[in-house]
Amino acid sequence: MATETFLDIRDLKIGVTVREPGKPKRDITIVHGVSTTLEKGKVLGLIGESGAGKSTIGLSSLAYGRGGIEITGGEVYINGRDILTLNRAGLNGMRGHEVCYVSQSAAAGFNPAHRLIDQVIEATLEHGLATRPEAEARAKELFAALSLPDPENIGSRYPHQVSGGQLQRVMTAMALCPQPDLIVFDEPTTALDVTTQIDVLAAIKNAIRLTGVAALYITHDLAVVAQVADEIMVLRNGKKVEHGATKQIIEAPQEDYTRSLISVRSIQHEEQKATAEPIIRMENIVAGYSKNHIVLNDVSVDIYAGQTLAVVGESGSGKSTLARVLTGLLPPQSGQITFEGRPLTQSQDARPLDDLRDIQMIYQMADTAMNPRQSVGTIIGRPIEFYFGIKGKALKDKIAELLEKIELPAEMADRYPAELSGGQKQRVCIARALAAQPKVIICDEVTSALDPLVADGILKLLLDLQARENVAYFFITHDLATVKAIADSIAVMHLGKLARYGPKSEVLTPPFDDYTDLLLSSVPEMKLGWLENVISTRKIESAGN
Amino acid sequence: MGLALKLISQRIALGFLLLLAVSALIFAGTEILPGDVAQSILGQSATPESLANLRAELGLSEPAVTRYFSWLGGIATGDLGTALTSGTDISSAVAQRLGNTLFLAAVAAVISVPIAILLGLLAVRFKDRWPDKLISATTLASISLPEFFIGYLLILVFGVKLGWFPTVATVYEGMAFGDRLMAVVLPALTLTLVVLAHMMRMTRAAILNVMQSAYIETAELKGLSTFKIIRKHALPNAISPVVNVVMLNMAYLIVGVVVVEVIFVYPGMGQYLVDHVSKRDVPVVQACGIIFAAIYIGLNLIADVVSVLSNPRLRHPK
Repeated sequence: MATETFLDIRDLKIGVTVREPGKPKRDITIVHGVSTTLEKGKVLGLIGESGAGKSTIGLSSLAYGRGGIEITGGEVYINGRDILTLNRAGLNGMRGHEVCYVSQSAAAGFNPAHRLIDQVIEATLEHGLATRPEAEARAKELFAALSLPDPENIGSRYPHQVSGGQLQRVMTAMALCPQPDLIVFDEPTTALDVTTQIDVLAAIKNAIRLTGVAALYITHDLAVVAQVADEIMVLRNGKKVEHGATKQIIEAPQEDYTRSLISVRSIQHEEQKATAEPIIRMENIVAGYSKNHIVLNDVSVDIYAGQTLAVVGESGSGKSTLARVLTGLLPPQSGQITFEGRPLTQSQDARPLDDLRDIQMIYQMADTAMNPRQSVGTIIGRPIEFYFGIKGKALKDKIAELLEKIELPAEMADRYPAELSGGQKQRVCIARALAAQPKVIICDEVTSALDPLVADGILKLLLDLQARENVAYFFITHDLATVKAIADSIAVMHLGKLARYGPKSEVLTPPFDDYTDLLLSSVPEMKLGWLENVISTRKIESAGN
Repeated sequence: MGLALKLISQRIALGFLLLLAVSALIFAGTEILPGDVAQSILGQSATPESLANLRAELGLSEPAVTRYFSWLGGIATGDLGTALTSGTDISSAVAQRLGNTLFLAAVAAVISVPIAILLGLLAVRFKDRWPDKLISATTLASISLPEFFIGYLLILVFGVKLGWFPTVATVYEGMAFGDRLMAVVLPALTLTLVVLAHMMRMTRAAILNVMQSAYIETAELKGLSTFKIIRKHALPNAISPVVNVVMLNMAYLIVGVVVVEVIFVYPGMGQYLVDHVSKRDVPVVQACGIIFAAIYIGLNLIADVVSVLSNPRLRHPK
């Protein structure tokens, strides 16, 4: 049976039993009969949008189901035996020995109470694969192979004492330490900044090559998986769409769905030139959370009516703080904000109602930005009532009009947030911001939590609305592809300062400053061999090191 | 270590400040109590002159503020004053009784804390299965019964019917440790049954909360056994809430044992306090109050310190 191909998944079916209070329990199928095989030393990329079942399939090779998820059918052969038939003791012998797991968030995946080294060698010791000194020596070799700084001593640190990118590499070392046959990488770089992602990706690829371990690499980012995988399986709604060699999937996809994944970001937006006076002018802003903790240092940007200023930067660069200053939630320590030619009150409490109305906000997590106990109509209607005093029939008409603008049917007004999809929720948040008829909307990573195809739809909608309503966007994002798609001007932020600022065409044209160069070159491209190319031509070290 | 040390010294300073505030409250509280010591010593038939004389003799006619500070100064030097009714030195009377109370509390704690934590761990291990339900049901039943009922029940079964333990917890100076232990078995058991449920349920809740964390999944996927995961990965992160509830119950074991001491005629602080409240012996009541407050604040302080020390972020700052 399975001798050369050591992982053999046959007709895998996975389901979950949903128990909602007050409703009869029902079974939902997540994975509908997926089969695949993997040879020793090969990397298989599992790709798909959220709900595709890729993590669920990945975890099934450890015979593990998250929450109430249960494997309901099929077989998973590892080294020739069906692990789905193992009892708990058999599973414990297999997990952490033959198959290891690297999770999306290493920050959450490490126990805060123990030193890294103890966690890294734990599985090796548990399975009796080595003595403590041997395991520690091996861990240190792996730290070095994953280009972690100070491999001799980094293990004696606690998880909170190392950066996110380093933690993700330590977790990879943890998975490699027991010398497993297979590692399941579950979105290992998704939570990282783009310049950190590239280092981690290179380290993971290098480690896979050195140790000859086989891997399942799960991600939603086709450009990322193209760099590390030998084969790619495209999944959608728990079904296999297409499975082939990486080169074939990237260069000659057979299925429409795969093609749509490759060609997202089809948006083309002609840059508009700054014409009249800016609607908002932020000058020499210095802000922070105390006198000793300055987050923004001398930042000046302009926002023009009907145009988009994209504020790009990595976590901690100060882009959200700049938005907080603009909204008045965090009055600056110095500098000034001019709105339509007059100074804008710096503190939100003291701002006139009209100024508050003119600057609205859309958040990253539409889920938490809406009251789950209010209907869509109430959510959208509230600002109309609050700012314009419109009630009754007129209010209903306004709500219907707004729903039409965001391309949702009028019946949606009676629905509750929990009944909407992720993209629909974000549309409702857009409608709520529009309801105030603002001149400026602050968009804080509004597409980051969405699948690429859905995000694309949201961006199209935002551009459409901008053309019709002449609203300006202060668009915060870490995603350069989004920036390229929608911006008129770009502010690149780095460590609380402007690294580069100007019209899109200028900012994205060489020569670049070192940071912008690093940032731009770190965005994965859907080309084979891109990773090696970039690493070999690096100018400066990324923040993750 | 600097950050942890700073937090701990802040907590200790706050503890002393709190104790000072409590001392003022205790003093003020006993001041406004109705009734009069002189009256209760001399009885209803006393003449106004004799009452005034006695008050002056007892130092009750001086202004309250002066008396407060001389009382506070006495406490600082270990002098708790003199009992009005018996004229004996409170410090030496309290010392022996406090020792008895602490002994009983210690025995109860040594029995109850490990059992409570172990039962909590077992309940997590067998969550929603019969061991969990059995543990929950029995500990809840024991907390629901009033302590005098549990006390008399234990006396009836183990003291009267079986005759294993003495029904009255008599202890005296110079008693051998073993005999002393035998004497307090039943009251200690009563206290254990009272505090067990609270600590066990808190342990269970705290660990279950930690069991939701992603690092528990990591441990599971390393192939560790469930009990090892609970002990090694969940418990260390649940220490802070567990220690807090343990200390709260320890405080109860010391300051809340009045009923149990009365049932078993145990010569501890509770009985001493109750006796002297009924006699309106204000200095004794004040002394007991301040001692109980100090114990309460001290135990909570220990819980805070353990919480700080159990947090790796504070112990090993970046």
